[in-house]
Amino acid sequence: MEEGKKLWVSSSPHIRSGLTTQKIMLDVLIALLPAFGVSIYVFGLPALLITIICVCTCVLTEYVIEVLKKKPITISDLSACVTGVLIAFNLPVQAPWWMCIIGSVFAIAIVKQLFGGIGHNFLNPALAGRAFLLASWPTRMTGTSFIPVDAMTEATPLGILKQGLDAPLPSNMDMFLGFPGVYGAIGEISAVALIIGGLYLIIRGIISWRIPTFYLLTVAIMAFAFGEDVIFQLCAGGLMLGAFFMATDYVSSPSTPIGQIIFAVGCGLLTMIIRKFGGYPEGVSYSILLMNCAAPLIQKYTQPRVYGKPKKKGEAVNEG
Amino acid sequence: MNFKYLTNGLVKENPTFRLLLGMCPTMAVTTAALNGVGMGLSTTFVLIGSNVAISALRKVIPDSIRIPAFIVIIASFVTIVGMVLEAYLPSLYATLGIYILLIVVNCIILGRAEAFAFDHTVSESLMDGIGMGLGFTMSLTVLGSVREIFGAGSLFGFSLFGPNFEPVTLMILPPGGFIVLGLGIGLINWITIKAEKRKEAKAEETSTSQEVKA
Repeated sequence: MEEGKKLWVSSSPHIRSGLTTQKIMLDVLIALLPAFGVSIYVFGLPALLITIICVCTCVLTEYVIEVLKKKPITISDLSACVTGVLIAFNLPVQAPWWMCIIGSVFAIAIVKQLFGGIGHNFLNPALAGRAFLLASWPTRMTGTSFIPVDAMTEATPLGILKQGLDAPLPSNMDMFLGFPGVYGAIGEISAVALIIGGLYLIIRGIISWRIPTFYLLTVAIMAFAFGEDVIFQLCAGGLMLGAFFMATDYVSSPSTPIGQIIFAVGCGLLTMIIRKFGGYPEGVSYSILLMNCAAPLIQKYTQPRVYGKPKKKGEAVNEG
Repeated sequence: MNFKYLTNGLVKENPTFRLLLGMCPTMAVTTAALNGVGMGLSTTFVLIGSNVAISALRKVIPDSIRIPAFIVIIASFVTIVGMVLEAYLPSLYATLGIYILLIVVNCIILGRAEAFAFDHTVSESLMDGIGMGLGFTMSLTVLGSVREIFGAGSLFGFSLFGPNFEPVTLMILPPGGFIVLGLGIGLINWITIKAEKRKEAKAEETSTSQEVKA
């Protein structure tokens, strides 16, 4: 018999799960549909174009790198598609095509594939791509957003707040719904669409409820403590997108329950600290990237005790 | 004269890409190609001087206080470089700033003093100093060039892509330095591994053909 074709059968019982990476990623894509719909309704064709460019570039980059590395081709698991959609959702609608391509190539080639492909990236690829673009072309990434009614650009709500501009802030209801045409990156404008998608993922058991719940709760408490408008802070910027779709990335967040809570609270604290005291108006992406870096450490210190092992060092096990 | 020690520092034991020594100045000054050349040549001068001096004095320096003795020798050469640069190339001195003085604590120089010059002859140490210094200069120039091309759209100050090019600002920020350095280390490792494999395959081929003949 050829090596590698042997069938190894362990002793019973056997549990079979139909859950594959492909199915998980398909569910994530489905969950992103409501937000995608709102973005097309508000921004029109450019939003669709940007998303297509990002997804195609991500998939193509993944394919090319895997061919070069002589590794099995994994583009059918849809993870590159999800990364592409998330990058597009983080871009402003007037982003030029070359920015979409550079961000996508960086996310897949450097952040994901050079660290070993799916399951080995220590940062969320889409957020790292966004951070790369934000550091390189800050004026193209922040400050302005597109308002479709009279096709003008204006400061985002968080930008208005940060720079103390005189422009009127949108109402909380507009921020929550997102359709009257507010203000921000493609995928983050409608809080309600993102919440629907997030709830779908939680109900399907794809993501744990802990990370989004504790993330949003921490932001709400911090906003209240700082004397800010709580609803506004919750709906503004990329918070909903980050809390439901970015911070819950399996690879770059802890998997233990306590670890997830620590991770989410850390994200919430950093987000509000950056929004309140930092140089940028929005802190969601950097807060998640920073906590991504801390995730292995959190994971290490929140490992549950193996059943039957002593509770503390030196304490003997009662073996009867 | 032994030229083996001269080529050692260029690729096989390249201080930046292979030994990963002197990372602080590497990260800090390679935002432009010219800075890389300036920093590299200054370090080369100090390295040659300190290698030769330490090697010449190795029988005189007591073993137990060798590190302070090395530092005094190195610091003297760094002071010379700093004063010369300040007098003749004030703009480069201003750009490199504190990093010129920090050559004193550059790991390459102390490392070569400890690992090489202290138990080799003067001529060997001279060769090692030149090789290591040029290897360092080469790496810094390559890093600086890549970062300047992408991060500012120019090379040695000459604009490359015209006014419509929007430079990748990240490349001249610290993360860009780490990204380029990481890719450089990866590339050199990949080339080295490939070369070693080819050598092994060749060795095997010759040995089997000899067996066949026998």
